[in-house]
Amino acid sequence: MSENVTRRSVLKNLAGIVGGILAMPAGRTCKAAVQNVFAIAPAPKGYDPNQHKWLMALDVDRCIGCGMCVEACKAENNVPQNNFRTWIERYVITRPKAGSGESRGETFVDSTNGGIGGFKPSLIPKEDILKSFFVPKMCNLCEHSPCTQVCPVGATFEAPDGAVLVDKNYCIGCGFCIQACPYGCRFFNPETHTADKCTLCYHRITRGLKPACVEICPSQARIFGDLKNPVPDDPLRRFMESNKVEELKKSLGTGPRVAYAGLDEEVR
Amino acid sequence: MDATILTNVVDALPQFDGYVYPNERTLHPLWSVLIVVYPYITGLVAGAFIMASLVRVFKVKALEPIYRLALLTALAFMLCATLPLLFHLGHPERCFEIMMTPHFSSPMAMFGFVYAWYLMAVLLLELWFDYRRDFVEWSRTETGLRGIIYRAFTLGVTDLSEPALRLDARMGRIISVVGIPSAFLLHGYVGFIFGSIKANPWWGNPLMPIIFIISAMVSGMALCVFAYMFLCWARRITADMRCLDLMISFLFYALVLDAAIEGLDWLHRLYSAEEGIDVLKSVAASKLFYTLLIGQACLGTLVPLLLLGSMQLIRRKITELNRRRVYFSSTVLILMGVLAMRWNVVIGGQLFSKSLRGFMSYKMEFAGHEGWWLSLLLLALPFIILTVFIKYFLDRDLPTIENVVPGAVRHPNSPEAQI
Repeated sequence: MSENVTRRSVLKNLAGIVGGILAMPAGRTCKAAVQNVFAIAPAPKGYDPNQHKWLMALDVDRCIGCGMCVEACKAENNVPQNNFRTWIERYVITRPKAGSGESRGETFVDSTNGGIGGFKPSLIPKEDILKSFFVPKMCNLCEHSPCTQVCPVGATFEAPDGAVLVDKNYCIGCGFCIQACPYGCRFFNPETHTADKCTLCYHRITRGLKPACVEICPSQARIFGDLKNPVPDDPLRRFMESNKVEELKKSLGTGPRVAYAGLDEEVR
Repeated sequence: MDATILTNVVDALPQFDGYVYPNERTLHPLWSVLIVVYPYITGLVAGAFIMASLVRVFKVKALEPIYRLALLTALAFMLCATLPLLFHLGHPERCFEIMMTPHFSSPMAMFGFVYAWYLMAVLLLELWFDYRRDFVEWSRTETGLRGIIYRAFTLGVTDLSEPALRLDARMGRIISVVGIPSAFLLHGYVGFIFGSIKANPWWGNPLMPIIFIISAMVSGMALCVFAYMFLCWARRITADMRCLDLMISFLFYALVLDAAIEGLDWLHRLYSAEEGIDVLKSVAASKLFYTLLIGQACLGTLVPLLLLGSMQLIRRKITELNRRRVYFSSTVLILMGVLAMRWNVVIGGQLFSKSLRGFMSYKMEFAGHEGWWLSLLLLALPFIILTVFIKYFLDRDLPTIENVVPGAVRHPNSPEAQI
């Protein structure tokens, strides 16, 4: 064995290794080109995700709990009956008992059918309610999304434009990402047998339209925009200027990007 | 109309209590009983292998009689370890994507590699090196199907010279040494699958992999005792008490460690009392009362600890028959307890909403994709495979070969030695 090692053979091997390393970028480009041909993307050809950074902001004080956004989302994205890509929560916080020394009483949360068709009046007598408000919920577009981190095959990923997407033709349906999402935004689609979630209406935003929920919201509680291409008098920028914003479950280190204005500490 | 009725029914179902995120309002948890079976089987593999390693690596001679039985048990369970996962997948036909296009930050993807490594590079190789000499000998004497099987398993290596046998023994030992960290890695990864989920206060815990490893050792050792005693009973031979006593000692100390670590986990949770502790306490006290407090803590841990602990102290005063009875019942209790522990982790983590404001319930289906039947079948399958293995590789009618491990002498009472 040892007598076969010659300078020529060593050089040959080295050249092979260097050649292999040099050929890698070219190989990757070829792979990407082939994937591009076969990829089934909701985005039109010519859309460059690197040129955009989408963001959603939610104004709690503006939400009237009509549930139109949930309905629009369902219709637009063919969301299964008992699952939700977005939903509305109603918070009812009661007055503290007299002499209890507390600043607030109990908190009751409900979201019947995700808020579709609005909410029936609360069963708690009006005089017992300290405050009540609606909170729209959706994918938090996390910067360090725990859902994409745990996917065993990389079927879910953070697009460069900020959307967190699932490739349903690649997902094996293990449910790990659904467990990993702290916000309950993912679900197991019983029709495709894969994980499913809000795509920010990717088929719409890549064509210059707004997501269905933003489009339909009658009170402009949902503000959507492109951080890289602000329009004149950008609503997203105005929202950020005029509000103190907060994110959900920030302590988990997921880097949620969806900005909430007027959030109460009870909201999780 | 139908949709409205369905929605109303789901809303009216008594299985939700408090506020649960709409996507969590499913009829049964996303990871159901199949995912309970999966870490259980994997743990049994790791534990049984560690039991076998005690003979090879730590040279515990008294455990010789169960060496091969432990390895075969590990293999039988290993072959079934991924089945529950596979059945649970939404797209089982895409399962090989885990190996072909792995996502390296995912514990589940890494588990695929650790599993393949453990099955191919550790278990099968160790068994082959250990059995090679026997395969060669048996292939010369046996005919028919058995002869074909043994001949095939020699893989054409029929050299029985002294240096070749010495190489077998040396390779076996090296693989065992590599195998111990691999066994820890295998089950540590299973623990990490749960421990890495920070969204869930029940799971997201750095102690989780350690708890899984230690409980795996406990369950695997208990399984070895169970299999050995059962085999002796089935073959109507008396178990080697020296081996049994020693196995039980190891089992007892592993159980002490397991109880201490799990106790520490709860102590830490209760003392630090982070967000969500109220939910966890209430899940433990109500929804998991029977499986956690009664099944896992009392019957699965405390009772065996007392039984086996007292055996350590007053072993000599008790007759062999009574000792065997205590050992057998303790191992059965431990095996049930560890199954309950897996249930508590997997199902318990899905009985409360991630909003920390409400609870879900789980009523297991009887038949169906994720019901009693399939999980029982998956739990029975490794035992069926093990029976076949024993029939072919631990058969009493096969000629005895002394000193398979050079330098070690088979104990006269071992099942193999009594052939």
